[in-house]
Amino acid sequence: MSAIRVENLEKTFGDLTAVNKISFQVEKGEIFAFLGPNGAGKTTTIKMLTTLLNPTSGKIELDGLDPTIHRNEARQRFGIVFQDPSLDAEQTAYENMELHGILYKVPHKLRVQRTEELLKLFELWDRRDDYVKTFSGGMKRRLEIARGFLHTPKILFLDEPTLGLDPQTRNQLWTHVKSVNESENTTVFLTTHYMDEADRVAHRIAIIDHGAIVAMGTPQELKQQTNSESLEQAFLALTGSTIRDESATSQDQLRRFAQMWRK
Amino acid sequence: MSAIYILWLRELKRYIRSRAQIAASLGQPLLYLLALGFGLGPVFQKAGQGSYFQFVAPGVVSMTILFSSVFSGIAMLWDRQFGFLKETLVAPVPRIQIMIGRTVGGATVAVIQGLLVFVVAIIAGFRPHHWVSFFPALLFMMLIAIVFAALGTAFGSIVQDMQGFQLIMNFMVLPIFFLSSALFPLDNLPKALVIITRIDPLTYGVDAMRGALISNIQFGFSVDTIALCLIGTAFLTAGAYLFSRIQL
Repeated sequence: MSAIRVENLEKTFGDLTAVNKISFQVEKGEIFAFLGPNGAGKTTTIKMLTTLLNPTSGKIELDGLDPTIHRNEARQRFGIVFQDPSLDAEQTAYENMELHGILYKVPHKLRVQRTEELLKLFELWDRRDDYVKTFSGGMKRRLEIARGFLHTPKILFLDEPTLGLDPQTRNQLWTHVKSVNESENTTVFLTTHYMDEADRVAHRIAIIDHGAIVAMGTPQELKQQTNSESLEQAFLALTGSTIRDESATSQDQLRRFAQMWRK
Repeated sequence: MSAIYILWLRELKRYIRSRAQIAASLGQPLLYLLALGFGLGPVFQKAGQGSYFQFVAPGVVSMTILFSSVFSGIAMLWDRQFGFLKETLVAPVPRIQIMIGRTVGGATVAVIQGLLVFVVAIIAGFRPHHWVSFFPALLFMMLIAIVFAALGTAFGSIVQDMQGFQLIMNFMVLPIFFLSSALFPLDNLPKALVIITRIDPLTYGVDAMRGALISNIQFGFSVDTIALCLIGTAFLTAGAYLFSRIQL
């Protein structure tokens, strides 16, 4: 049984088809990268996989469960690090872990023990009692990933986890993700815009454009298929070089407003 | 249950930790209490209605609870914005528990705010008829808080931006306050206002508060209690439904 199985998944918003009948499978313990230009449908797909959006049509199975029906059982099985932060900035790092552990019903003793392990692994243990609002971008990301691992998920979704991080932090972050993938056999489903990361970390890659999967295979296969030397070239060969613009949503506007307000 | 508790606790922590916000949110009720309470006092007295300060204090305490509880619901806008809402929505917890934790947390904070204003009113000279009447009054404060925290959650589930927030403030919350009996007595009102005040949920809350604190009651405790419970149930149902439908 695969960790993730998607069949003819479709999502439309009015006239716009964000995700157009895609199908793929991710095996257990695999690191699977989902690559595509802005607006290609990556985040929409992740949102459908993680019960935040209802698909228009198609079938999803996470660890054999349909997340549109067995919502809470499916949610228990995955962890997710969102594209934008989802921490409670007014609470400390430790409190964020605690809240997560309680929501995911991690038994108290295990929660305390795993929180310590993970905060140490992600080098946040010394700052555990500081408010998250005092953290740098990199620290917040690390905390989110540590939190995602807390309830020992079978599948971890990472939606552009390294956006805006310096190379040191990115490097360290992938090292941790790889080590947990190996030690706990966690399936990882990630999206990123950094092709070198996908090349280095992912076992298999799917390239999505205009809501459809245009290529799928190991990084090596994709390069051979397009006669490219690097994954970036392969990516450009497959998706073209026009620039895609995403329209700003009310969320983006509010975010700008909020940032203005905080200064 | 533990999910409800941890989300309730979060609302409380956030409140206690933001001292500036506590002070800021007390400013407006204090102005109403002191400026209107003492400013309109002489006119009210001449009209043969007794002390306006005594009359308006329960109304201002109710107003504080109204504002605070609706705000806590709409504060979901910030959680939506800064992403924390997503963390709770993908958690393996039925949405209804998340909604209840947030709503009861917001209501608790609102009651604390109401109590603070109540204490200030006492310091400024407010005297309930009996000190024991504090306990029924507290009960009605809780009821008002639940009713409007549920309304806040309902609004918070549909509002996506600051404009929507302003819309709700100006066309829902302020009218609920001004068109209730918080600031004026219910007798001898124009016909239209009679009808409007009677469909305003806050009227029943204020009426019960006045009944408990200064023995001045229009509809009777049973009518007020039943009205608040019915409206509360309706708002909680609406809040739970709208919250369960949030997609991000």
